Amino acid sequence: MSSQAQKKKKRYFKLINQIPRQELFSPGHGLCAGCTAGTIVRHLLKAAGPNTIVVNATGCVEVSTTTYPYTSWRVPWLHLAFENAAAAASGVETAIKVLQRKGVIDPNKKINIVVLGGDGGTYDIGFQALSGMLERGHNVMYVLYDNEAYMNTGIQRSGSTPLFAWTTTTPAGKVWRGERRPKKPIAEIVAAHRVPYVATTNPAYPLDMLNKFKRGLIVEGPTFVHVLQPCPTGWRFDPRYGIKIARLATETGMWVNWELDHGEFDVTVPVPRRKHVKHYLRMQGRFKHLTEEEIEEIQKWVDQEVERINKMVGRQVIGPVEE
Amino acid sequence: MAAEEKLPAWNEIPPGGIIIEPGNAEERYTGDWRVFRPVINQDKCIRCLLCWVYCPDSVFHIVDEEYVTSKGRKYSFSLKIDYDHCKGCGICVEECPVNAIDFVEEVK
Repeated sequence: MSSQAQKKKKRYFKLINQIPRQELFSPGHGLCAGCTAGTIVRHLLKAAGPNTIVVNATGCVEVSTTTYPYTSWRVPWLHLAFENAAAAASGVETAIKVLQRKGVIDPNKKINIVVLGGDGGTYDIGFQALSGMLERGHNVMYVLYDNEAYMNTGIQRSGSTPLFAWTTTTPAGKVWRGERRPKKPIAEIVAAHRVPYVATTNPAYPLDMLNKFKRGLIVEGPTFVHVLQPCPTGWRFDPRYGIKIARLATETGMWVNWELDHGEFDVTVPVPRRKHVKHYLRMQGRFKHLTEEEIEEIQKWVDQEVERINKMVGRQVIGPVEE
Repeated sequence: MAAEEKLPAWNEIPPGGIIIEPGNAEERYTGDWRVFRPVINQDKCIRCLLCWVYCPDSVFHIVDEEYVTSKGRKYSFSLKIDYDHCKGCGICVEECPVNAIDFVEEVK
């Protein structure tokens, strides 16, 4: 990365004290205890502020935050089906543009439009709408909270389920050893649409996450933020370890916090010495059937990914395995 | 909603069944899900706000309440837990860097 680009890179929040205190996501929602989606949505709304319209695809967050007659949202909120959240957000954005042109809404008022989709609604079902939205270039931020299966309907596999993970539709036994394919690189698929801003982040690094949300809202045009969301119910771990597992995902190299800002690729959370993936896998019940060889296979896959990322950045941002 | 409360008739609810009161989920008390209760040890707490940051249920409230620790350190604010909504997941207990949050079993 050139020094000029480094200077251009903005950090909107540098300290935890600078995080806005206003809570636009009220407690009392029905998310499972320890569900990190609550943390993600809180920070999303802190970054976006009250002038925001949230377009929510069907998913855990949608069903659990708006159990009639209650809602957790203190911003305008729209519920949509799995497949059309991005398409509806395109419509909302265009409608606001027209109303601003006609003078119904103050043309100088900045209204953020955020789509919130789960991995099922983004990787599999809602992908054509997302691709269309990116192609048409609407000024919308798409936030994908990725819990790596259809958790809301009972832990069925999705395109996001990682290699060898147990789900109810990829059982772990003698023939099937959990999911057979590695995760689909959705953020890179989105980046291939040549959109101005794509980032991946994770709730264990709240300032990184907030800065990426803020950057995604400030950049004109379609932006995409991919957030890892540990799910205590589907990943089979004690609710208290949600953030710890999210942090381990980055520390082991299973998850890389990167951003692609107008063609400048950078890893925002460098890991000088990475841990072995077994630390991440052994904490979760969905990987408890794994043998040593299978763990090594995952480690090999992670090594390849890390090597590819290092090559993309042009220096060693993620170091070798410790021990 | 309590069972004895009278439900609104079809012509009393807003068109489309929309919810017109933002954030009214606060009236739902999810605190009764809890098995273990996080209790802040105000003396040990260094006010790093990490519990407030990581809490998925936004139950930590930053209150303007001065506190002087036994070692003489003065803080201008304190943290309070809203037990009406805390689900007792324990993320704060796990993430506290100085182990200032105790996890005690609910006894009623």
